[in-house]
Amino acid sequence: MVTVTLWGSLRDAAEGETEVTVEARNFKELLDALSARYPGLTPQIERGVSLALDGRIYREAWFTEIGPESEVVLMPYMKGG
Amino acid sequence: MNKITREKGQFKVVGTRVKRPDGIDKVTGRAQYGADLVVPGMLTGAILRSPHAHATINSIDTSEALALPGVKAVVTRADFAALDDDEMIDIADNCLARDKVLYHGHAVAGVAAKDAQTARKALKLIKVDYTPLPHVTDVDAAMKPGAPVVQSGRQEENVQPEHSENVTGYCEFGHGDVEAGFAKADHIIERDFKTAAAHQGYIEPHACLASMTNDGKADLWCCTQGQFNVRSLCSAILDMEASQLRVTASEIGGGFGGKTTVFIEPVALALSRKSGRPVKIVMTRDEVFRATGPTVSSSSTVKIGMTKDGRITAAHAKFRYQGGAFPCATYSFGAQAAFAAYDLEAVKSEGWNALTNRPKEAAYRAPGAPMAIYAVESVVDELTQHFGLDPLEVRLKNAARENTKAAYGPTFDQIGLVATLEAAQKHPHYSAPLGENQGRGVSCGFWFNFGGNTCVTMNLNDDGTVGITEGNPDIGGSRASISMMAAEELGIPYSDVRTIIADTSSLGHNDVTDGSRVTFAVGLATIEAARDAIRKMCGRVAKIWGIDEDAVIWEDGYAKPSGPNAGDFEPMSIKEIAAISSNTGGPIAGHYEVNADGAGVSFGVHLADVEVDPETGYTQVIRYTVFQDAGKAVHPDYVEGQMQGGAVQGIGWALNEEYIYGEDGVLQNAGFLDYRVPVASDLPEIDTVILEIPNPGHPYGVRGVGETSIVPPLAALSNAVSRAAGVRLHELPMSPPKILKAITDRG
Repeated sequence: MVTVTLWGSLRDAAEGETEVTVEARNFKELLDALSARYPGLTPQIERGVSLALDGRIYREAWFTEIGPESEVVLMPYMKGG
Repeated sequence: MNKITREKGQFKVVGTRVKRPDGIDKVTGRAQYGADLVVPGMLTGAILRSPHAHATINSIDTSEALALPGVKAVVTRADFAALDDDEMIDIADNCLARDKVLYHGHAVAGVAAKDAQTARKALKLIKVDYTPLPHVTDVDAAMKPGAPVVQSGRQEENVQPEHSENVTGYCEFGHGDVEAGFAKADHIIERDFKTAAAHQGYIEPHACLASMTNDGKADLWCCTQGQFNVRSLCSAILDMEASQLRVTASEIGGGFGGKTTVFIEPVALALSRKSGRPVKIVMTRDEVFRATGPTVSSSSTVKIGMTKDGRITAAHAKFRYQGGAFPCATYSFGAQAAFAAYDLEAVKSEGWNALTNRPKEAAYRAPGAPMAIYAVESVVDELTQHFGLDPLEVRLKNAARENTKAAYGPTFDQIGLVATLEAAQKHPHYSAPLGENQGRGVSCGFWFNFGGNTCVTMNLNDDGTVGITEGNPDIGGSRASISMMAAEELGIPYSDVRTIIADTSSLGHNDVTDGSRVTFAVGLATIEAARDAIRKMCGRVAKIWGIDEDAVIWEDGYAKPSGPNAGDFEPMSIKEIAAISSNTGGPIAGHYEVNADGAGVSFGVHLADVEVDPETGYTQVIRYTVFQDAGKAVHPDYVEGQMQGGAVQGIGWALNEEYIYGEDGVLQNAGFLDYRVPVASDLPEIDTVILEIPNPGHPYGVRGVGETSIVPPLAALSNAVSRAAGVRLHELPMSPPKILKAITDRG
């Protein structure tokens, strides 16, 4: 099981929680599990999200492995200049 | 995971100041920029733009323009493909308006003619029937119920119902009990701020040359920060197979985020498809200002509580951004970055985006962060003034460190903020005396940095020299830094390596040159491509020596036996291996492709001294020092250049630069005379101090450096001006009339 921190404005889509626990071994499984359990998160996930795994930001990397002790934070999809 | 394989003291090429490979071409005028390519039979393209800030397009009649001798094609939005993705539709609608024009200068139609004079004449013959609509250009006005609606139906699901339909997005970040935190404070300050939209101000206007043949193959030459992105966008908009569109990036005269999308490229391709001739479009400076992306303008409210000994107890910020007539996510980057420099128990950061009748925002160095951090650092500074505390001591007391839970969620690993603050504190600049009407300002800055999709090929030439093929335009010196990392890994001289930028048909996909990603991600891929080639070279030598591959090692450009047990063989140089490669198995190349992760975040601290003339309100920057964590600085000249360039752009944003709109919604200062960027004579030498806190996510410890430096100047200048003039402004730019008014109002 992986504990995921959501940003605050996703709270309403996740039954009022900003920390949720789902079964996932990698980024793709995590997003699929979040969408399945909290359909209200699907529009944001489809618009794009980044994942901070133990403090490092990942974009799109579906098969990045997530350990059970990893710190996982969902973030908006990052762009730069 | 710590990926570092080479550390301080082990570098031979990395960290030196080698000659830049593009220097001679650029100073002699030989470098080929976007407008420099000329081909036989080429037509000149021009764009018809909206005279209204907001209007419905009832009809477009192109018949008279098409009948003009010398006109070969006219295109409108109807010549683009039907699209179903909102982001793609927005990009296409920005290139040529669909049902409405959304800002003054919005493109409506394109013309290709035998020369520029004919093209301009044809534009006047296109008849567009408009119905003008009410417009809005200010972010606060756009958010209010009853404001003119720029686009309907664009709100995301979590926007509060009390806002107008222009508000497209809302976000919230933070942790802890903010109200409980404020209750612990000895003093709380809450302030409202505004920042103006600023343009990236690149010297080279957008330019492209498109050539499509009757069988649907096309070539596009353009100045861009990402040729692969241009291919993706244009092939979708033109309904082409990506394989049939080859995009080549020209040299680039500045981008800073503003060349990460398309404006004229799909129009040029559509005109070429219709006319059967190559079509070149070059924007005027006026068009660049009116119709390409400045950054967002902002309105914000920041509230911070502090104890009398300088500990921040709670912070709450609200950021309202407008990014023009199309939705954008920049507000969320600002809300996330705002408090990144601080270790806070209770913090809340909210952001909203609103549509206005302005051009579509484009990224600008650390998009969204400068204006958010300006507001936060201004309030922190005012609190230090209230308590009579040292600004750097307060920032050190509250600084984010390793294991700090960032306000935007993750826990930091190895970061360099404390090192930059301590370096600033010890620097002679911080203790230098100030004169009358002079003041010193401090600000922290932050940017996330990221990696992304990257593909690199290394080819060993038959004389033992090396060619690197990478896919990101060289904006800030990447050809030099990539060659240096290849030379370092291979153990050969820098002069033996040449790096070129591939077109889209010559290499796998590479993400745009943005997010301070190139030296990090392309460098990482180059090192891995070199390692791939080294494995192959060691394999060839093992065959020659008749030993196992793992009994051959690579050191300083030579294949060597791994130890006495491997056998007694004379080391073979890369040149010797290359010379006989056809005998040992054919050409030798290394390759690596990756969606790079592990880009470390970046912090910077700026010190600014200014002198304010109390009679005119004019601000002169008299001393400026940038402190920034670069991870390992691959080519220190370029790193310093990035630090200086960001500082100068931030100084311009703080003191002069702004998009000024009239009541009619028309931009009033679309040129460098009235939109004044700082020039060399306005500035002191920008001093730089590079801190090298290795990034564990890169083999050499490299971090991105391109964006962080534009973040601190806004607040550093504002804090300096407030101390010099004795009045604090809450709006940028701090142009002389505003400062003079503040001084006069104070009495």
